[in-house]
Amino acid sequence: MTRNPESELEPGSRKPTRTGMRLIVPLQGIVQGRGGLLLGSLIPCALVYFLQVYLKRHRSSKTLSPSTSAENLTELPRSSSRANLLTRGSIGRVHVSSRASSIAKPNDSPYYIGLDRVQEDPYDEINNPNGIIQLGLSENRLSLDLIEEWLSKNLSASMLGEGGNDLNICGIATYRPADGLMELKVAMAGFMTEVMGRTISFNPSSVVLLSGATPALEILSFCLADQGNAFLVPTPYYPGFDRDMRWRTGVELIPVHCRSCDDFTLNIKALDQAFNQARKRGQKVRGVLISNPSNPVGNVLSMDMLYNLLDFARERNIHIISDEIFAGSMYGNEEFVSMAQILGSEDSDRDRVHIIYGLSKDFSLPGFKVGVIYSFNENVLAASRKLARFASISAPTQRLVVSMLSDIKFTREYMKTNRERIKKMHDLFVEGLRELGIESAKSSAGLCCWVDMSRLISPYNEKGELELWDKLSNIAKINVTPGSACHCIEPGWFRCCFTTLNEKEIPLVIERISKVVETCKRSA
Amino acid sequence: MAIEIEKPSVGLSKVAVSETHGEFHHILQVSFDLLEEYLEKHSEATKWENKSCGFRKNALFQDYHGLQSFRKAMASFMEQIRGGRAKFNPERVVLTAGATAANELLTFILADPGDALLIPTPYYPGFDRDLRWRTGVKILPIKCDSSNKFEITPEALEAAYNEAESMNIKVRGVLITNPSNPLGSTVKRSLLEEILEFATRKNIHLISDEIYSGSAFSCTEFVSISEVLEARGYKDAERVHVFYSLSKDLGLPGFRVGTIYSYNDKVVTTARRMSSFTLISSQTQQLLASMLSDKEFTQNYIKINRERLRKRYEIIIDGLKKAGIKCLKGNAGLFCWMNLSPLLEKPTKEHELDLWKSILHEVKLNISPGSSCHCSEPGWFRVCFANMSEQTLEFALRRINDFMERRKCMRSTT
Repeated sequence: MTRNPESELEPGSRKPTRTGMRLIVPLQGIVQGRGGLLLGSLIPCALVYFLQVYLKRHRSSKTLSPSTSAENLTELPRSSSRANLLTRGSIGRVHVSSRASSIAKPNDSPYYIGLDRVQEDPYDEINNPNGIIQLGLSENRLSLDLIEEWLSKNLSASMLGEGGNDLNICGIATYRPADGLMELKVAMAGFMTEVMGRTISFNPSSVVLLSGATPALEILSFCLADQGNAFLVPTPYYPGFDRDMRWRTGVELIPVHCRSCDDFTLNIKALDQAFNQARKRGQKVRGVLISNPSNPVGNVLSMDMLYNLLDFARERNIHIISDEIFAGSMYGNEEFVSMAQILGSEDSDRDRVHIIYGLSKDFSLPGFKVGVIYSFNENVLAASRKLARFASISAPTQRLVVSMLSDIKFTREYMKTNRERIKKMHDLFVEGLRELGIESAKSSAGLCCWVDMSRLISPYNEKGELELWDKLSNIAKINVTPGSACHCIEPGWFRCCFTTLNEKEIPLVIERISKVVETCKRSA
Repeated sequence: MAIEIEKPSVGLSKVAVSETHGEFHHILQVSFDLLEEYLEKHSEATKWENKSCGFRKNALFQDYHGLQSFRKAMASFMEQIRGGRAKFNPERVVLTAGATAANELLTFILADPGDALLIPTPYYPGFDRDLRWRTGVKILPIKCDSSNKFEITPEALEAAYNEAESMNIKVRGVLITNPSNPLGSTVKRSLLEEILEFATRKNIHLISDEIYSGSAFSCTEFVSISEVLEARGYKDAERVHVFYSLSKDLGLPGFRVGTIYSYNDKVVTTARRMSSFTLISSQTQQLLASMLSDKEFTQNYIKINRERLRKRYEIIIDGLKKAGIKCLKGNAGLFCWMNLSPLLEKPTKEHELDLWKSILHEVKLNISPGSSCHCSEPGWFRVCFANMSEQTLEFALRRINDFMERRKCMRSTT
């Protein structure tokens, strides 16, 4: 039975208010994928060179110099698509689907609005010193120089001598398995083993490669749930989940609130309650979606907690999706424990655990679009492999990444240095905020901190929070993500990403925040 | 309250357990040398510049709008393929990781679950999977047959639409592939106009999959819907959308580059946002932007590629003719549509599949049976000629000849 095409149904509007807190449902447009800006002319130069070298096929006569396409790069004017289209297009008298209608609506989540604002008025030390400083995008710019250095050293080294049949344009250009080259699966499995602490070994056959963690999550959602089913998601959570898990799948997310008194750690009792309430409503819960390390809070789950979660999932016979994309960005003292680690080798629970990974955060390469589904469930793997045809990684990119990840010395060095840099920035930033009397939640990983500005908001509710957010955006000219966009039940928390900054910019950011703090104190 | 009995193993969705469809991939090999030559020339011309501030300043956007230089290059390439007879605006180019993703994405946008798209038969088997799997949208056939070279007729269009209505299914659009896969022929201008008129009358979409547009044997053989629109001042354009990709014309399927070009603003906006699930890596965009902006290279490539395809086509048609096999007159694409119905004992799908198996087994040539393309007449097969060297093609033709001889003998002795 078809839905009424004329009604502009926003699927989110079906949801009743559950917890008394209004949910912002950003089904609408997104500005970018899970990450943001990326590398420059380096990579394409590398790529042209790379391909060219492949073509040479063992001819050693010339030393090839990689090209730059700096002159070909134009500054991409990212204006709103709606504004710039020629009017020769449409007024849309012809029908579009209700899915499309809801997506076409303008953004109303501060998460996306903030990103738009930065686009229009981006801070630049020289050209636009009064622009908005970006703290709303969890993107790591701290260690791109290391990648650049590797590329400059390694492109001229032998890509030639890798032997094998695929070292020509034929090998890169032709159809390959939709779920990725085996060499990349091997390299990725090896990398994940490194990142997750080398306590377990990841199996290349359980790796499905996709063009980013965004499609990875959507594909898992399609595999594990039917339309109308739900996942339990501890809050606060990454605003992109609402899009990735729900948009086209028709699956719902049920927030399970975590609180500051628990350091925003997962609460099994709360999960249980949410599960029961869903059942009473007749809603089928298919799984729990966690991010570990957490985005936005930055904490990690202890091994005990992981076991408890697994027990819960087993009792309810549901899945666990563990988004571990920040696993390599640890700076605290804890050890990261992956869901993969707590599963025994003969464990029948293996079928219910699925891990999301990718290179956007830990390896600072969002533009490459490299995401992973790692699952122990053969059926899920089989289905994901087929669905991967809708989101395959570009072959030349796969080749480049294989080389990078296979250089274990480089990746170890990179991860170590990167961690140190993240820690340094984190400590500077948190200290700076502390001097203003602003505390952050305990965190040990990720590219952001979860900041408590609740004492600055008035009234103590979402409205007050958004007013502060607005002030931060318009007066302090910094873009942060308000907790309400992350479905946080306690008002006044903000996610601030500090890895898009350099060290000099931290005092500047603190100073700008202090202005707003003053304004708030004065009006209190 | 009923208690649900949980299955012992944790459940999977219906999408996960549904059946898949076979793979029907073929790639263009005839013009790889042109690409290789380009890459060789151009990576040496430019120099390596290690400016770290330049590097940061020129940061590639990992943005669903896509690199503007790449969109410009795609738009210009599409214009060149149409001999400059239609203009393409880079702002309407939406990028996806491959044509497969483009097909699915547009379907999500134009139709709700349970709605249908009308597609003339025979059609590319991959549509059954790509357009329906996750979208829940149906495909209803517009029946075409050999009596008029498998061309769409207004009667067939009406019949398909009416059938949908009688089943209470909402038709959201007509999807044509032009040049056609598997027919290997282009759709003539007057027919394009008729189809557009039909779509306007019914207030539905018209999707034109022009993924083989650069593989028409001559520039003038192919008329794009975009030319028809331009000629009528873009009247009714908001219902028209065009697919394109570099997988066929450039032989770069591994790069995963697809586009949706839409004349409808809302569709462009929505498609762009949805393309987050299927973005092309920024460096691929960068590399191809350079290559496709090189107008001299692209003009040359398009011209030479067309020539080579035409020559190959002539070789295979000749060879098949000698073997006593007739083909549909083709003028585009990487394959031809051959008629083996005289070989069928009975004109049924089962007999066609038996014949297919024999050919696979004896000739060792992978051809696609018409039934997999939903052809209403049994006995037709699609054979690709561009995915092998000329030598291999000759060899294959000899084998086909032998096969046909054997069949003739068999029949004369029975």
